[in-house]
Amino acid sequence: MIEVRHLSKRYGSVTAVRDVSFIARDGEITGLLGPNGAGKTTTLRMLYTLIRPDSGRVLIDAEDAATDPLAARRRLGVLPDARGLYRRLTARENIAYYAELHGLDTATAQQRINALIERLGMHAIADRRTEGFSQGERVKTAIARALVHDPANVVLDEPTNGLDVLATRALRDFLHSLKREGRCVLLSTHVMQEVAALCDRVVVIAQGHVVATGTPDELRAQTGETSLEEAFMRLIGNGEETA
Amino acid sequence: MKAAFTVFKKEVRESLRDRRALLNTLLVGPLLGPLLFLIMIRVVVQQEIKTAEQPLPVAVQGAQRAPQLIAALQAAGAEIHVAPADPAAAIRAEELELALVIPADYAEDWQAGRPATVYLYDDSSRKEADRNIRRLQAMLAHYSHQTGALRLMVRGIAPLVATPVLVAERDQATPASKGAMLFMMLPYLLILTTFIGGMFLAIDATAGERERQSLEPLFATPVRRESFLAGKVLATSAFAGTSVAMSLLAFLVVGQFLPTADLGLSIDLGGRFLALVVPVMVPLVFFVSALQTFVAGFAKTFREAQTHLGLLQIVPVVPVLLVTILPFKTATWMYAIPLVGQQLVITRALRGDPVGLLPEVLVISATLVIAGIAYRAALSAYRSERLAIAG
Repeated sequence: MIEVRHLSKRYGSVTAVRDVSFIARDGEITGLLGPNGAGKTTTLRMLYTLIRPDSGRVLIDAEDAATDPLAARRRLGVLPDARGLYRRLTARENIAYYAELHGLDTATAQQRINALIERLGMHAIADRRTEGFSQGERVKTAIARALVHDPANVVLDEPTNGLDVLATRALRDFLHSLKREGRCVLLSTHVMQEVAALCDRVVVIAQGHVVATGTPDELRAQTGETSLEEAFMRLIGNGEETA
Repeated sequence: MKAAFTVFKKEVRESLRDRRALLNTLLVGPLLGPLLFLIMIRVVVQQEIKTAEQPLPVAVQGAQRAPQLIAALQAAGAEIHVAPADPAAAIRAEELELALVIPADYAEDWQAGRPATVYLYDDSSRKEADRNIRRLQAMLAHYSHQTGALRLMVRGIAPLVATPVLVAERDQATPASKGAMLFMMLPYLLILTTFIGGMFLAIDATAGERERQSLEPLFATPVRRESFLAGKVLATSAFAGTSVAMSLLAFLVVGQFLPTADLGLSIDLGGRFLALVVPVMVPLVFFVSALQTFVAGFAKTFREAQTHLGLLQIVPVVPVLLVTILPFKTATWMYAIPLVGQQLVITRALRGDPVGLLPEVLVISATLVIAGIAYRAALSAYRSERLAIAG
């Protein structure tokens, strides 16, 4: 479970994130929905302790990310916006590097890596150097890398960005399977269909703060709109009025 | 520390797969210097030996007008040829290096006891002809002086009267120190190798990682920044160290093929040299690796880092300039300046001069201190939030 309480971050005179609070529960997919530049990436980066919040707290399975960042990171699997892989290493070696950094012993690492390659359908590319991988192949490798230590919480920044229809479909199925395993899945997106197809709960964020929280149905009811897209537009529009 | 080793292994493995980097850091970098050096010295020595022993070809016009002069030149090692009709044109066309023209009035002046003029045609802008020109000038001056002395004696005057000042040169260069003059390049090449050897890895592990955006997911793993830095600096040091070791080895091998005996030189490139030089190079490798990691950390792209570290390579030139150009008398405190200290130790070791324990300890500890400072600076850069966020 991921719990975010009153998170704020300023860069100079620009407030990137202002008083953001939400809870992402185990066995659910929570979507952080907002337009580009709304503060989604900054929020996620504070969550996996890449940057320090000016105020507020992050709890990963009740572990305070500020007091023990290493313990918090151990419980997180992260697919950041930056998917960088090592070009001169094979996909398998890229994943194995992270397994070793997480302190897994060789036997466990082998077993996990093989299982992930199987699950993500990476057989054909596993032992190829990642140089020249397609966007879909890169994302698969980056996801396997993020999950190799079997984390209870999975954070993904715009996971379907740049993927074709087929790869998007496969990724959604995969995220559903993570949810069925009881993991807490938190993803950010600016794509409405993503939320409709995936999320149990939505946190709408605009201009650095939360404008609405709820299930997709609740959001539709709250705004009086039948389509989620209209609901989203109305919510962001409200955000602009109050800003 | 286990994580640092994981990082170290990965960085080394990745760099070993880059053929271009491998070639540069482990082959071209450390071996090009010694090879160039060997070729250069051989060429110099060959030339020295050749010009000392070989007859000096001299094209002469009007040789029949001065049979005594010609005989004296031949006795001194000149090989007389007949000069072309227009010697000046032949020299301009680079068909001739030099020509001696004996004019028609030479014999008349000679008989009358007046200075008899001979014309030496040459081109002083041609460096390669310089040595031969000076050789011919010396032969002519010697003949002139000898004849003058004879004429004084004929007139009953002691020839010594014509030599009011006698310059006797006493060259204090020992054979070994003459060698070190030739070997001035070696300390520089060796120090430069520490900069070249790990450069590619330092860039790839910092700015390169940043450019391909792999730093952010890396920092999301439960590993301290210290461990990442330690692994990366160690990997850079391993490459730089290997580079230096190979360079040293190459110099030792090259040392066996140097025609030092022909020049009357003795150069110490053996066990004693290694025992003095290796201990001062090890901390230097750490210092340079930490410094490069720190500097490359400021760059956003591989190219930018390459520019920064390229500039950094000018640093080892500074002590060379200080030690060679400025007329410093070597003082003990100079050993406490990193790079300068290494330069001094290598030069002295090469000459076969003694290096005391204090200077050796000073170099090592001063370099370790500055390596520590560079490492701390790199660490604070690694801890900053901005480092991981690409773009």
